[in-house]
Parts: sequence; C-alpha cells; structure tokens
Amino acid sequence: MDFSIASILLLDGVTNGAVYALLGLATVLVFTVTRVIFIPQGEFVAYGALTLAMMQTGKTPGTVWLLLCLAVVASLMELVERWQHHGNAVRALKSAFKTLVFPALIALVSIWAAPQQFALWVQAALSVAIVAAFGPLVYRVAYQSLEAATPLVLLIVSVGVHFAMTGLGLLFFGAEGFRNPAFWDERFPLGPVTLSGQTVIIFGVSLALIVLLWLYFEKSLRGKALRATAVNRTGARLMGISTHASGQLTFLMAALIGALSGLLIGPTTTVFYDSGFLIGLKGFVAAVVAGLSSYPGALVGALFVGIVEAFGAFWASAFKEVIVFTLILPILLVRSLRSGHSDEEH
Amino acid sequence: MKKNLPILLLALAVPVIALLPLPDFWIAQLNYIGLYALVSLGLVLLTGIGGLTSFGQAAFVGIGAYTTAWLTLNTGMSPWLTLFVGLAFTAISAVIVGIITLRMSGHYLPLATIAWGLSLYYLMGNLDALGKYDGLLGLKSLSMGAIDIGQGRLFFVLCWAILLAGAVALTHLLDSRPGRAIRSLKGGTQMAEAMGISTFRYKVTIFLIAALFASVAGWLLAHFQRTVNPSAFGLKMGIEYLFMTVVGGVGYVWGAIVGAGLVKLLDDWLQVALPALIGTSGSYEVIIFGVVLVLVLKYLPDGLWSVVARKFPKPQRPVNWQNAADLPVRNKPAMGQNVLVVDKIRKQFGGLTAVNDISFDIAAGQIVGLIGPNGAGKSTTFNLITGVLSKTSGRVTFCGEDVSSLPSREISRKGMARTFQHVKMIADMTVLENVAMGAYTRGSSGVISAMLRTNQVEEQRLMKEAQRQLERIGMGAYLHEQAGNLAMGPQRLMEIARALCCDPALLLLDEPAAGLRHKEKQALAAVLRQLQSEGMSILLVEHDMDLVMDVCDQLVVMEFGTLLTRGTPAEVQANPAVRAAYLGTEH
Repeated sequence: MDFSIASILLLDGVTNGAVYALLGLATVLVFTVTRVIFIPQGEFVAYGALTLAMMQTGKTPGTVWLLLCLAVVASLMELVERWQHHGNAVRALKSAFKTLVFPALIALVSIWAAPQQFALWVQAALSVAIVAAFGPLVYRVAYQSLEAATPLVLLIVSVGVHFAMTGLGLLFFGAEGFRNPAFWDERFPLGPVTLSGQTVIIFGVSLALIVLLWLYFEKSLRGKALRATAVNRTGARLMGISTHASGQLTFLMAALIGALSGLLIGPTTTVFYDSGFLIGLKGFVAAVVAGLSSYPGALVGALFVGIVEAFGAFWASAFKEVIVFTLILPILLVRSLRSGHSDEEH
Repeated sequence: MKKNLPILLLALAVPVIALLPLPDFWIAQLNYIGLYALVSLGLVLLTGIGGLTSFGQAAFVGIGAYTTAWLTLNTGMSPWLTLFVGLAFTAISAVIVGIITLRMSGHYLPLATIAWGLSLYYLMGNLDALGKYDGLLGLKSLSMGAIDIGQGRLFFVLCWAILLAGAVALTHLLDSRPGRAIRSLKGGTQMAEAMGISTFRYKVTIFLIAALFASVAGWLLAHFQRTVNPSAFGLKMGIEYLFMTVVGGVGYVWGAIVGAGLVKLLDDWLQVALPALIGTSGSYEVIIFGVVLVLVLKYLPDGLWSVVARKFPKPQRPVNWQNAADLPVRNKPAMGQNVLVVDKIRKQFGGLTAVNDISFDIAAGQIVGLIGPNGAGKSTTFNLITGVLSKTSGRVTFCGEDVSSLPSREISRKGMARTFQHVKMIADMTVLENVAMGAYTRGSSGVISAMLRTNQVEEQRLMKEAQRQLERIGMGAYLHEQAGNLAMGPQRLMEIARALCCDPALLLLDEPAAGLRHKEKQALAAVLRQLQSEGMSILLVEHDMDLVMDVCDQLVVMEFGTLLTRGTPAEVQANPAVRAAYLGTEH
C-alpha cells in the first residue's frame, strides 16, 4: 500500500461513512424519542433509490401503490380507534381524512408525473416525498398502539416491519438491481485522488442535514418538544406534547433521511430491493458506537465504520462484512468497561 | 404426578407416531419441527423467561453444524464426540458475546447478536475450508453400532427424545432456586440483587443454555441433512427462530413446539402458494411473517400457547416439605452490640446533595425509625446503606465489617435484608415461591442439579422456610396465591416475609405500613415487636407516626438530606425543630 492507494481508500471510506452517518443519526433520533430500535431504517434507503430508478424508466414506482395501501390501512385504523375512543363519528372521520390526505396527494402527483420524464431533480424530489410519507404511516400502523411496550417488544416489532418491508420491496421492485445516474458528472483531480461530483454532493448533503438537525433540535420549539419526549414521555405528555405526534414526526424525519441516503448512494452502487438492510446496519454499528444517544458520536462512529470497511475491502475483500460487523464486539466491550456497572432498564 | 401428565403423553406419542404408517414426507416435516423447536426452546428461556433476546441463535446452530461437519469429514472423528466439541465452541463464543454485552442494558444483546450472526454468516460463506457458499457435502448419517439412526423414523425418535428431554429439563429448572432467580431478571435487577442474586451471572447462564440448545440442534441438523451450507444459519433464520417462539408463546416451554410446528408448516405452504398467486418466484412469505409478527405482538403478546395455558391453570404445588430439615441459621450479634454504624454518608447527584453526611447507629435488638418529610432523603439513605446506590463519601460498618464499597448482593449475603418502597415481586409466581427467593443465599444448588431434579432436598428446605416466615407474619393462608393477585397490604407483608427468609441480622423496611388497614397495622406492629424480642434489629422508614412512635426505640429525623435530630420517640416529639419541619413554623 502506498500513499495514493491509502488516500483513495480513505476518500472511499469517508464517502460511505458520510451516508452511514446520516443513517446512524436517524437511528439515534428514532431510538431516543420512541425507544424503537429501527431495524428497517435501511429499507427506506433501498426504497428511495429504487423509486427514483423506476421514475427514470418512466413507470409509476410500485412504492406509490404501496403508499396508497398503507395510507388506507392507517386511516382506517385511525377511524376505528378514534371512534371507539371518543364515540364521535365526525371527529373520527376528520382525523382519518387527515391521515389519508397527504400520502394520497403525493401518490396522485407521482402517478401523474411518472410518465412525463421530468428532469432528474424533480424525480428525485418526488421520490424523497413518496418515501418520506411512509415514515409516519409505518409508525401509525406498526408502533403507535405499542408505544408503552418495552424496548425489547418494539425491537421484535421492528424485525417484523423489516421482514414485511423487504418482502414488499421484492413485490414492488422485483429482484433486479438498479444503478441511478449521477446527479453531477463533474470530476475534480485532487492530488492522487479524483473527487467525483457525486462525492461532493454526498459530503454537502450529509453536512447540511447534520447542521439542519442540530439547528432543529437546539433552536426550534418542535425540536425541543421531541427532546423532551426523549427524556421523559409522561412529563412531555403533561406539558401537552403528544407522543403520537412526536413519534410520527420522528419517523417522518427518519424516512426522509433514509430516502435521501438512498438517492446519495444510488449512483455509487447497484441497489437491490434488499440492499438497504446491510447499509442500514452499518449506520447502526455507528449508532452503537455512540451508545444510541449521541449525534456527534454517531458521526464519528460512521466515519470510522466507513474507513474500516474501505481498508477491509482492500486487504481481505471477501471478509469485509465480517470485519465491519465483528467490530461491534470490541466497541461494545469498551462501552461496557467504561460504563462500569449495569444500568437498570426502564 | 398430574403435572407430568402432558410430558408422559408426548413421550408415549413419539414412538407411536414413529410406528404409524405416515408418509415419509410428514416424518421429515416432524423432524424439522423438532429441530426448530429445540432452538426456540432456548429462546423461551432467554426471551420469555429472562427478558433478553437474541437474533443470533441460527449462528449457534451453525457453529454446532459446521464443527461436526468439518471434523467428521476431515479427521474422521465420531459424530458422538464432535457433538461435545461443537458444544465447547458454542459455549466459548456465547460466553464472550454474553460477557461483553450483558453488563449493559437489555437491547445491546440483540444488537450484538444481529452483528455477530451476520459476520458469522459471511465468515462461513467465504472460508475455503468450509466450502464457501456451497458448504460441506457428504456427511455421514448418525449411527449406533451398525444401525443407522440418522434418517427417517429412528431419527424422529432421537430428535424428539432430545427435544422432550430439553423441555423437561427446562420446566424443572424454572421451578427451582436458580429458576426463580432467572425469572426475576425480567423485572429489573434491583430486587434480585437485593436477594443476593448475581443477575449478570444468570443472564450469561441463560444465554449460554440457549446457545447450547441451538448447538445441539445444529449437530442433529448437519447429520440429518448430510450437508451444511451458510443459508440455514443466516440472520433471516435467526429472526425466524425468534418468530416461532413469539408466535407459539414466548413464556411457555410448550409454546416453542407449537410455534415451530406452525411456522414450519405455514412457511412451506406460503412458499408454494404465494409465488403461484403473484406469478413470479421469490421469498414473499416474509411479508406475511412480518405482518403476523406485528399482529401477534399487538393482540396476543403471550402467543398462541397462552390461550391453551389459560384453560388449564397450574395445579397447586403439593406440600411435601413438612419433614424437611431447617435451614442453617447465621450467628447474630449479641443484644446491645452495634449492628450497623453509619458514618457521615453522603450522596450527591450532580449539584444536588440528596444525603448530607448522615450518621447514626443501630444496636442489636433495636428498632430505629428513619423519619422526615417527603423528599428528605430517607429512601436514598436506605439505598446507600444497602449498596443499591454508590456513596459519594462516608462509611457503613455492618456487624463490625466495612461494607461501604460492596454491591447490594454482597451486603445481602452478610445478613442485611430489605423491602422496597414500591413493591418488587414476580407477579406470576406464587406467594410461596416469591418468598422462597429471599432464602436464595441460604441454598447452593445450581442449574444442572435443578435440571436433573437432584435438588429436591434443598428445595424442600427452602419451601419449608418460606412457609414458616409467611405463617410468622400472618400470611399462612396465601401460600399458593399468585403474588400479582394480592392487594397492596398483603404484598408488603409478603416482601417482609421474603426479607426474613434471608435470616437477616438487620432488617430494613421501606414504608411497610403504606396501604395497610388499621388491623393489619396493629398486626404488623406485633410482628415487629416479636422480631425484636428474638434479637432482630430493624431500620424502619415510615410515615405512619402512630406506628413509628409505638414500636421504635430510637428515631432519626431527616430534613432536606441532613440530620435534624435523633433520640427516643418522646424526645423527638418534644423537639420544636421537628414540629417545624413537619408542620411549619409559627409566626
């Protein structure tokens, strides 16, 4: 290995790491607010990339139909539960309508726009909108009524959701893989390495998202409300913060981050319906580095995971996944030694 | 022996089924169900009973399978030996993963097992020695002498015999001293630790047992299929094992078998039906599995077997311990000697000083009351003395020994027993079993003797002690009641009986009279005095002033974390500072 190979690997690792960082942040975000360990985070990545790929071919992406189905199920659940709770049909219908209207709108616009072959960025924006709309619906359908359950039950639910979403991905996208066109074809020579436009976009978007998240949680009232929910659910409720709304908002952000990550990696690798899982899990390893609680920690962890993966792929390409996932054991060991005593679960 | 009836029936059914003229296909199905059930049996213990979970069981199956496959193919070792080599490998890896993750909160184990399952899968799929993704082929069938028992009906008998033996061993384990400790893990560690139980050790133990069950299943699977390849040991399979367990009933030993059977049959059917319905091939069954999993957790969180279990309530435990010997009793300090010396203990949470240099002592045979307005730091003081919280500074001496830096389970072993302000018990165990947990440190039988039922002498002694303590406190009528069904008052009394079971030299009671009726309070006061007359020392946190003034010899009054005053009840009542603290000052 010489300096130029090392720097190419480093750039590669940091680029992937930037995407893992986004996913790690989403994982930390979801866990702190809802205590859900969100295994299906990676599915949003695959959904995002593949939705755009379908748009590119001029077909209506299968995710649109899935979104409609899910929206109908969610609004029916909303209707029944509200009606049982309040016994007021008008209020129940109203909230069912509220659940249905945005996803339905997005779906209708997509159905209209898909065959028109709009510019890449329009299709990208639509893809993000479609996949982001899944977030609150998934929370509504799978998690909302189990809000009070233990993290363990929520984790098993996550696994169920992951199964269902992977299977549905196969159903709607097929087993074929897709590679999206790059958003920016420019290339910048930089010493021994060449910086591609897509890499610049990955860095730019990741950085921008991280700053935005930071601003949101530090400066805005809603962000502070989410943080309050993360610290103490009962307390937050007593302050008038709805845990349902917080959960749905969190999942919206998680799905949005997932879809964006999907667009970012779409041009760098071929994405299959089940590719998201491994990508998401690497974000996960990053989040575990941070103890599922620190945003800067997740960022550092993600860059670390990305770099280890790049160098692992160079030295022992067949064992790169083995290296990345075995990494979690020494990380956990360090964490467990540092914390010193067992923390009681709540 | 009514309890063993279902096991006997199943044990009889196995050879009968083997003799029936069933098509071979169904025998093969039953073989797979038996293998899967063996794995989910381990998950019942780990997840349903212990409240931990693992997605990596398939990886342990893989270790068992690959070990025997590689060794029998490359060294010609007998499969009957490689079984134990596989178990040893499995044990080592399980203990490493367990020790690393189980000190931290519960969700790190499943996360670690996901990563671990994935990396093992890729390792198996990429190692040349293990045949990469093609795996290893041409394994021998299991045989005994000249008889091939590795296929068909004989394998069915072998596999189900092992499964039933495992199920029986597990039911035995759950109804024993270590079993009660394992059942306490789910509700948090504080109570178990206060009973002298090392919760960490038991967490590692059940993770290990579950892994060993999986390893045996892997060994059987390898020789039954006569080939191994990574796809059977991937994360998807690991998740499917958990799925079987949850659907069957995660808290029930028999749920594992029901779940494995159901999922296997459903899986086979869906793999044919769904692609036909959709028109292309692919593993669409995961959609149904995912949705069913979420639905089960939502609407039937205890699984299918819970419906059956509700129809057949557990038979009452037969009382067979009248003639058991009494448990040995520890030497207690002589009357008037110092039992507990608390010297300037202090606890700071960040900038808040919750307990500010509190000192007092308790002599043997004394009842000392710790009183003060709400938020005075009484319960924190309790937790500092019993080792539940670590002290910022100060010393606690118990029976002449410095216990300042010991964890609560060590302190409890030395003879300091406590109750909790918010009752901590195992709601689905009987009162008797809950109380027997208090005598945990007075027994010594372990997991293996529990599984083999060679622990019965000790079990009877523990039960006898539990009954004696319950009767002593006037709860003799509730022995076989489920603890969760008790009203608040009796629950508190049960906690006192549990603490007494530990044969303590010092008893710490955190608000024992809260929720008791007047008559019950009088009875409690009588019990406390009786204990005192037997030489017991008691530290009492209580808000009921009638009770406190009635039974206590000495009072320690706290306010805002500091010691306000101490003295006899009469002195304290006369103290203007105490009146001010409780009622406010006159102006």
